[in-house]
Amino acid sequence: MEKKVKLLELKNVSIQFGGLRAVDALNLEIFAGDLVGLIGPNGAGKTTVFNLITGVYLPTEGDVLFDNNRLNGLRPYEISQLGMSRTFQNVRLFKEQSVLDNVLVGMHQHVAYGMASAVLRTKKFQEEENAIIQQAMELLAFMGLEKKAAVEAGYLPYGEQRKLEIARALATRPKLIFLDEPAAGMNPQETIELMRSIQAMRSKFNVTILLIEHDMKLVMGICEKIFVLDHGIKIAEGIPQDIQSDKKVIEAYLGVEECG
Amino acid sequence: MIKRPLLTFLALLVVGLAFEFSVNAYIQLTIIYVCVNMILAMSLNLVSGYTGQFSLGHAGFMAIGAYVSAFLAFHFTIFPESLNFLNFIIFGLIAGMVSGFAGWLVGTPSLRLKGDYLAIVTLGFGEIIRVVLLNLETVGGARGYYGIPGFVNYTFAGITLSRFVSGFGVSAFWLVITFFLIYRLVYSSHGRVLISVKEDEVASEAMGINVTRMKVWAFVISSFLAGIAGSLFAHYTNYLNPSTFSFNQSVNVVIMVVLGGMGSLTGSIVAAIIVTLLPELLRPLQEITGVDLRMVIYSFSLILLMILKPNGLFGQGLGHGKKSKAA
Ligand SMILES: Nc1ncnc2c1ncn2[C@@H]1O[C@H](COP(=O)(O)OP(=O)(O)OP(=O)(O)O)[C@@H](O)[C@H]1O
Ligand SMILES: [Mg+2]
Repeated sequence: MEKKVKLLELKNVSIQFGGLRAVDALNLEIFAGDLVGLIGPNGAGKTTVFNLITGVYLPTEGDVLFDNNRLNGLRPYEISQLGMSRTFQNVRLFKEQSVLDNVLVGMHQHVAYGMASAVLRTKKFQEEENAIIQQAMELLAFMGLEKKAAVEAGYLPYGEQRKLEIARALATRPKLIFLDEPAAGMNPQETIELMRSIQAMRSKFNVTILLIEHDMKLVMGICEKIFVLDHGIKIAEGIPQDIQSDKKVIEAYLGVEECG
Repeated sequence: MIKRPLLTFLALLVVGLAFEFSVNAYIQLTIIYVCVNMILAMSLNLVSGYTGQFSLGHAGFMAIGAYVSAFLAFHFTIFPESLNFLNFIIFGLIAGMVSGFAGWLVGTPSLRLKGDYLAIVTLGFGEIIRVVLLNLETVGGARGYYGIPGFVNYTFAGITLSRFVSGFGVSAFWLVITFFLIYRLVYSSHGRVLISVKEDEVASEAMGINVTRMKVWAFVISSFLAGIAGSLFAHYTNYLNPSTFSFNQSVNVVIMVVLGGMGSLTGSIVAAIIVTLLPELLRPLQEITGVDLRMVIYSFSLILLMILKPNGLFGQGLGHGKKSKAA
């Protein structure tokens, strides 16, 4: 096997919310082409890790390195432009815009025509508009939403809203994509489809995937490696089989008090 | 590319000629006010309706445009009197650019922040502009700015066209530019992004969008157009007074945008007509009853409309998407 390229590295990253250390001295490495999971009980700090990496929060300590860039202090839009994209645990679609427009907004950072071209309706504008609409439709088709293109996003059923968020995140052409509980609110059938989509997107879009998920069937089913977080601390890391039998992990999930 | 705007402009010119021969000078003045208000309402809609930023200083940007354009007309002549409407297009453009620059100065610091900072800052800005103009003797101060060069009558082959014709022509020119500029911007990647910024700044930013920059752009374009509206006003009325550009005037524009519907250009156009004409249409009532109930009825109708159509006359979401779940 060829040597893997390190895409993302967290070095001793911590964040403090008042008295709460939501993420504590976290070290984490993700390699190009990985499909990895981040799990942990409620409130463990998983979403906070995503927010730290994508620039929503500034780390109190530590460094985030992505694709040879140090991300500390960069704004979320700059980080996105470096090739990182995400979905949100609480679904943050542009609800009043159509499904297609949601994906097109994701493509905006790659649109070359300027405002003047748009106002003059130049040939460049027309051609590029046609091209991005076609690409957006392909992304929608990939997530099984092409028939809903004209529907207002807020009117989609919950499971489809989650799929649309993934399509929108892929529209930014990320190298690394973060999925925050992509299966939440989906029925078992939808979850199985989602697992297939996630595996398919890795090769089709050449993207590295880190996902947070409480549905263990999904995590154990598709992730090659899993990080476990509890109270902001990484308590385990490894392949699914090992994680399933890890004593610390089981304790964390069962809420067993550690006796001193 | 420019076929539709051109045809719209020509159609408006025909309408203008029709007004020239059918209505008196007072109604003609009201028609120009309608045009000015349409430009103001559409431009504010770009910021408030599409981008979701609440601004209360549109009168301030209009004032800058009006005074800059008037000042230029006093001191420069590019085209001779027979073609002086061309001067007013050029002065209008410069006035708009100065307003747009003011918009950039005001917008850059305040649009960085989330929340209603823009409303507070623009409110203050509008008042500052008014107070500065009150004390600026070069432009008349509190007395007002008199005798501003304006549109003139033309006589061809024994037929006299009043100054309304060139005034309306220039207004129509800017109206068409305002409408197509905003409409085409909105239906482009940039416009989709403005709407997404209104919908969710965090998600927009996560899509790689420099949210602040987009908001500032919308605000600058909006201020630019407000300045042009001011220029039209200055050269048609030939007189400016700082009190015209009070907080009331800013609120008036907000009313037009809300009444017509956030994110609806048609709505802004119709609302500009209603808000400009309603007080005028109610004037005879005052003469009959002897009491000035105009403002009471005006306010009452606005309240009634907002109860019956809370999204405004033409407002129905911004997404240009279907409401139904059915594909
Ligand atoms: N902005 C914030 N300010 C203060 N506390 C915060 C903030 N964001 C998160 N927290 C706290 O940090 C801790 C970790 O939250 P986080 O959302 O990362 O958990 P999670 O692992 O994603 O949980 P879940 O599985 O429920 O989504 C929680 O105790 C939460 O209350
Ligand atoms: Mg979470």
